[in-house]
Amino acid sequence: MMTDYRIKGETGEWEVVIGLEVHAQVTSNAKLFSGAATAFGAEPNTQVSLVDAAMPGMLPVPNRECIRQAVRTGMAIEAQINRWSRFDRKNYFYADLPQGYQISQLYHPLVGEGALTIEADEKAGIAADKVIGIERIHVEQDAGKLMHDQHPTMSYVDLNRSGVALMEIVSRPDMRSPAEAGAYLRKLRAILRYVGSCDGNMEEGSMRADVNVSVRKPGDEFGTRTETKNVNSVRFVMQAIEYEARRQVEVLESGGAIVQETRLFNPDSGTTRTMRSKEDAHDYRYFPDPDLLPLELDDAFLEECRASLPELPDAKRARYEGLGISTYNAAVLTAEVESARWFDALLDAGVEAKAAANWVTSELFGALNRMGRDITDSPVSPAQAAELLALIADGTISGSIAKQVFEKMLESGDGAAAIVEREGLKQESDTGAIEAAVDAVLAANADKVAEYRGGKEALFGFFVGQTMKAMAGKGNPKLVNEVLRARLG
Amino acid sequence: MTSITVSDLTNLTVAQIRDGHRAGDFSAVDVAEAFVAAVDAADALNAFIVKTPEHALAAAKQADADRAAGSLKPLSGVPIGMKDLFATKGVQTTAASHMLEGFVPQYESSVSQRLWDAGAGMLGKLNLDQFAMGSSNETSYFGNVISPWRREGGDNAALAPGGSSGGSSSAIAARLCPAATGTDTGGSIRQPAAFTGISGIKPTYGRCSRWGIVAFASSLDQAGPMARDVRDCAIMLEAMAGFDPKDATSLDLPVPQWEAGLNADMRGKRVGVPREYRVDGIDADIARVWDEGIRWMKDAGAEIVDISLPHTKYALPTYYIIAPAEASSNLARYDGVRYGLRDLPEGAGLQDMYAATRAAGFGPEVKRRIMIGTYVLSAGFYDAYYTQAQKVRTLIARDFEAAWAHCDVILTPTAPSAAFALGDKSADPLAMYLNDVFAVPASLAGLPAMSVPGGLDRDGLPLGLQIIGKAFDEQGVLNAGLAIEQRSGFAARPDKWW
Repeated sequence: MMTDYRIKGETGEWEVVIGLEVHAQVTSNAKLFSGAATAFGAEPNTQVSLVDAAMPGMLPVPNRECIRQAVRTGMAIEAQINRWSRFDRKNYFYADLPQGYQISQLYHPLVGEGALTIEADEKAGIAADKVIGIERIHVEQDAGKLMHDQHPTMSYVDLNRSGVALMEIVSRPDMRSPAEAGAYLRKLRAILRYVGSCDGNMEEGSMRADVNVSVRKPGDEFGTRTETKNVNSVRFVMQAIEYEARRQVEVLESGGAIVQETRLFNPDSGTTRTMRSKEDAHDYRYFPDPDLLPLELDDAFLEECRASLPELPDAKRARYEGLGISTYNAAVLTAEVESARWFDALLDAGVEAKAAANWVTSELFGALNRMGRDITDSPVSPAQAAELLALIADGTISGSIAKQVFEKMLESGDGAAAIVEREGLKQESDTGAIEAAVDAVLAANADKVAEYRGGKEALFGFFVGQTMKAMAGKGNPKLVNEVLRARLG
Repeated sequence: MTSITVSDLTNLTVAQIRDGHRAGDFSAVDVAEAFVAAVDAADALNAFIVKTPEHALAAAKQADADRAAGSLKPLSGVPIGMKDLFATKGVQTTAASHMLEGFVPQYESSVSQRLWDAGAGMLGKLNLDQFAMGSSNETSYFGNVISPWRREGGDNAALAPGGSSGGSSSAIAARLCPAATGTDTGGSIRQPAAFTGISGIKPTYGRCSRWGIVAFASSLDQAGPMARDVRDCAIMLEAMAGFDPKDATSLDLPVPQWEAGLNADMRGKRVGVPREYRVDGIDADIARVWDEGIRWMKDAGAEIVDISLPHTKYALPTYYIIAPAEASSNLARYDGVRYGLRDLPEGAGLQDMYAATRAAGFGPEVKRRIMIGTYVLSAGFYDAYYTQAQKVRTLIARDFEAAWAHCDVILTPTAPSAAFALGDKSADPLAMYLNDVFAVPASLAGLPAMSVPGGLDRDGLPLGLQIIGKAFDEQGVLNAGLAIEQRSGFAARPDKWW
């Protein structure tokens, strides 16, 4: 029986309430309101237009592609798409914010209510599939970056990121454990990558999360929450929640109160600390950006967005299961868009789905793992794998020979049929040859035959092994079995 | 060449320069040199922050070459003044603020680029109220502009040229340039035009690109021309206007041929006279000139219609909430980090640098408006001020919509008084703001509006009449302006004392 995630305190059990605000960088060649490029890792201040640097008189013009990607993302979580939305200015001073305001969407976001489903995961303590509500997605500008390590007394500013388009994806406070939050992030990342609206690369900062955490006694009202800013990996998000929930329980149980505040996560210690409290919070003076007209989306635009959506993870998983693939394998194959794409290409080559899924998840993933490679740079293409699988399916080679052939494919890059031909690995299905081999094995092991007939039936496998060995592994296992049963029966 | 003298050349209008140059009556270089000399002799007016004779002369040489080659452009040979709110590539652009002193843009504003593409040359960057905030040109960091006009009767008090485009109005009235750019947020083209006896039009919001114009209040800012007559305004506006993909609020409409469309025949047109503009205690001279304007409209064949714009009295407070709100945000970029002034006291951190830079860089009026704007947008006050002001703005726009059922253009005074003396109102911001009372409703509604000279007051100072038109109907506004111009016989000009 699975139990809910609870923190055991002095005064009893506490429930954790979690909401996530994910900032996902929109995949686009240009920034949200300027024509500047968005390459990661470029030399500082080389991806900056006059608009990004907020030179006098410069004006923002919305980048259609960024809007399109956010709309497609909203459609992927089956959210309400707002045909009329508007940009607001969020005003504050900081050296990485050239305009002195961030263009965002407070009052009328592009995307309204949606949801995604996280799957049951017994090991992680998630008892059943769970729907996590998504309140909204809005688009906004990223800020630049301060560099404090370039000069002993001065800070430098790199504006390459300034003005890059972000989607802020705001969940409902629907998660109740670090594992659920982790599953939500992974699922969201998968959807973004399927849609192609964000590369989901958390190391490069393409995706980061603000983590809202509060605790309560089960059944009570929501407690006061804290917000831990800019956490940049799934593991860190889970750590931050765990630490923050325990900290809050300790504060409450020792008679204190939770202060609504912004906190920072320290990945080295796995702890959070106060960044600023509500009293020091900025008054952002949001108001509609007068440089921009409201964003109005027409039918043709929305239709194109919808038509360009690929098959999404949930649908793909269901389709795979419908083809007879196990639930587990279907989940593994659809977790990453690249694996799913690779597997779809394999299916397109006409292989049998279930056997192909087994082979990909065990043989191919095992090999890639050993080589430290990714499916995107697999040395074997879907077409080559299909050739190998076809040889197994039509009885040309056995499963165990297939393993040898696959190894040789990885080494040489040659095709499976060519390797089988060259190495003489073709399976022996000639009954006469098999009978001869069986007879020789039985003759050489008369004592074991007697034991078998005396009731020691486990010896059957021994005879199979000896026969296969005698045939250098090439005997058709099914026929070997049949002949052995006939002779021993 | 003919016997045209230098002073003759500086008396020519844009159309006369264009046509005379085309006809070979004089060279563009002659024209440019005449205006360059006039500018050099007029330092007492303080109309220019930067002079650029080399720009004007280079354009003039090109114009002469183009004439020889038979490839004249619409403004070939016409030297103009550029309000120092427009970014000009390679030429200091300051918005008349210490904050941007020494700032040289690497880019050209869309409007000024269009003017250069049309063949115009630049005599210099014209002084203005700091960040275009002011109605008298007294807020410029580079000193106030002085109007070439003086009251009759030996009163030598220096008069305000109006604001914020006061450098433009003073320079045109003093014959330092035949035309200039202005910008109008709440009357900054029309009021200075009225104060100096010239014409100026603020087109429909979105007609002229805002790209490269130092922003004051984005939802209101609009560039437009100032010149000595209506035809010149039409010629200039044709060159300045046009869709610009770099400005998201730019109108994607073709630019009409306003000059060719000029027609002073007002038969079949209805001219609305809004009763709310006839405020209690209206200046007698203002009322007289307004009545004359009405008579001229009738004479031109128009039907006069009494109309109501009931929310007029809320326009000024609405404007002074919305404009500062936008300004407080637009001016946040002047922070000392990337360009312009940086005041970094010894040992100061980022916040100290912001405070020191902005304290030193902005003048008192700019600071006042930033503070007002910050206040009206702040938590707890936003709905009471900003949201409410936006609602009233909508009502004001609806007033005009309703009025268009009864009239084609609206005739009002441009300003409630003639030019006042420098220093008269600078200690009383509210009195200063009241100068915009007739100008701001059209700004809030985004409508085209122009000021043309209507006559002189008892002190011999010019008074302006304002024509407000329907959105996109600059032609209707220009035509009504032309009808007045042809009947007013306004020929007064200031005596040269500088």
